Amino acid sequence: MLALIPPFIIGAVDIAAAFLFMFGLKRMSSPVTAASGIRYAGFGMIAAILASFLYVFSVDASARPHLLVNVALAILALVVGGSLAWLSGKRAAVTAMPQMVALYNGMGGGAAGAIAAVELFGGRIHGPTALIVTLAGALIGAVSLSGSVVAWAKLDGVLKHPLRVKGLQIVNAAVMAVIVAIGAVIVVSVMTTFNIVMAPPLWIYVFFGLALVFGVLMTLPIGGADMPVVISIYNACTGLAVGLEGYVLQIPALMIAGMMVGAAGLLLTLLMAKAMNRSVANVLFTKFGDEPKVAKGAIKGELKPTEASDAGVFMRYAASVIIVPGYGLAAAQAQGKLYEFVKLLAASGVSVKFAIHPVAGRMPGQMDVLLAEAGVPYDMIFQLDDINDDFKTTDVALVIGANDVVNPAARSDKSSPIYGMPILNADQARQVYVVKRGQGKGYADIVNALFYADNCNMVYGDAQAVLIKMIEAVRGLTSAAA
Amino acid sequence: MTHDLAMGGFTGLYIFMLAAFTGWVIIGRVPAILHTPLMSGSNFVHGVVVVGGLAALLNAATPLQQTIGFLAGLLGAGNVAGGYAVTERMLAMFHTSDAKTAVHPHHARHHAKHAKKS
Repeated sequence: MLALIPPFIIGAVDIAAAFLFMFGLKRMSSPVTAASGIRYAGFGMIAAILASFLYVFSVDASARPHLLVNVALAILALVVGGSLAWLSGKRAAVTAMPQMVALYNGMGGGAAGAIAAVELFGGRIHGPTALIVTLAGALIGAVSLSGSVVAWAKLDGVLKHPLRVKGLQIVNAAVMAVIVAIGAVIVVSVMTTFNIVMAPPLWIYVFFGLALVFGVLMTLPIGGADMPVVISIYNACTGLAVGLEGYVLQIPALMIAGMMVGAAGLLLTLLMAKAMNRSVANVLFTKFGDEPKVAKGAIKGELKPTEASDAGVFMRYAASVIIVPGYGLAAAQAQGKLYEFVKLLAASGVSVKFAIHPVAGRMPGQMDVLLAEAGVPYDMIFQLDDINDDFKTTDVALVIGANDVVNPAARSDKSSPIYGMPILNADQARQVYVVKRGQGKGYADIVNALFYADNCNMVYGDAQAVLIKMIEAVRGLTSAAA
Repeated sequence: MTHDLAMGGFTGLYIFMLAAFTGWVIIGRVPAILHTPLMSGSNFVHGVVVVGGLAALLNAATPLQQTIGFLAGLLGAGNVAGGYAVTERMLAMFHTSDAKTAVHPHHARHHAKHAKKS
């Protein structure tokens, strides 16, 4: 009778945790309640982790002699892994959020893969269904681990250029086919206890090794601007892997949390791909921007550079300004200076709004977080559909570190690789200023017709330096008047 | 710990189906402005994998299993702690221009409506 108590407590705590995860995510659907949402989910998590120590009452006979060591290892893992990640998460710059999320996500995938490995090596998995589910979760988790690490390296600037080798897709397909075949070998040899070429444990090593390699090969060719899609996909993958291993371990809380995140990640992935007018497969498998995509003779006019101070003063006397931030703002860490400039403009009676493209930055919504960090209230921030009609009645569009998301070629030029992608209509403002580090092209290597338009001036320089000059110019006006 | 799959395949599929539907519906309502914290928050939620990692580690019977189980616990704990730390930080940053009336239910709904379209 006593033996029934620990499983009952675990069950009760886990169902409460599953509820808190759902309730917490639900509360995240509004900026007003979002902060409490993560706390509810956090309570659920702590309870579930503490309750999991009650598994000591139901361990296998083979593990019983090791129980003390295992409990010590468990506490050590929680303390070391938890405190290292906690500190890194607290210390990371807000501009580094995409790579931190990628990293923590990879850890989750790795944990799911490791669970599968323990269960497989321990010989605790029997029956075809359980074996196939374990292996599927292992594969997805391992791919998510190595893929996320590559994504982290790209976002963190460790890996600078996407690797593009001809025929890589064929290699990837071949590797995947081999992984599936090895999975089949493992299932058959475990069920028949008959060694096919070598013993099952050796096959398991090869299986995991190839899965990790596949994740690397899969992610290497994908470029920086496609990272919002990639991060969403791996988030969904880890969720799926966690859900599958949850079934293997017969822990419904893992199944619910994993599958819920899997579906959520899938939805976000589709939203991102739609915002770029490309399919998810296109993002993953096409070598975007490989061939020269310059429409011949389509660009008229020339680039017209101007001084930052002139642009600043012009905006001070405008009635309305819409700011279009892009990854360049994050790279230059200029969000604080930008809001300082915006406050100056607002104090002079200029109406200022921010326009955010869904795929601006390196993960979905990165610009929103960046501006929030600088202190910009979220009711000044508008999404594409809400603000796109306002550009034509606006005096100045200030584009900072954004490029492809304001390229009018997406509307008109059928030969352009970004044709059909919804863009911000910055070109329709009376005057456009583009703050850019140099004359280089955007990520997609497409010439931007906006920069050559009659109503557009270029302000060259690092976004931070440019904004400081703009602030000084506007301040100079005020002090001269006084 | 037993792996007799007391929960049958179809029961598992029912749980998966309902959970997936729940995730889809909840996230479909989130405004685009919250996409990053949301992703980070869902990243934290799948950190519950650490519970599975601990279960596997406690049942480890060989040094190899103990090593991999330890790794599962370590990575899972990293997922949980890191995911929570960054999500909480990001959410703490969002505020409106009118700090006194922090509640703008109309505004939030307005954004939510457009999140689906974008």
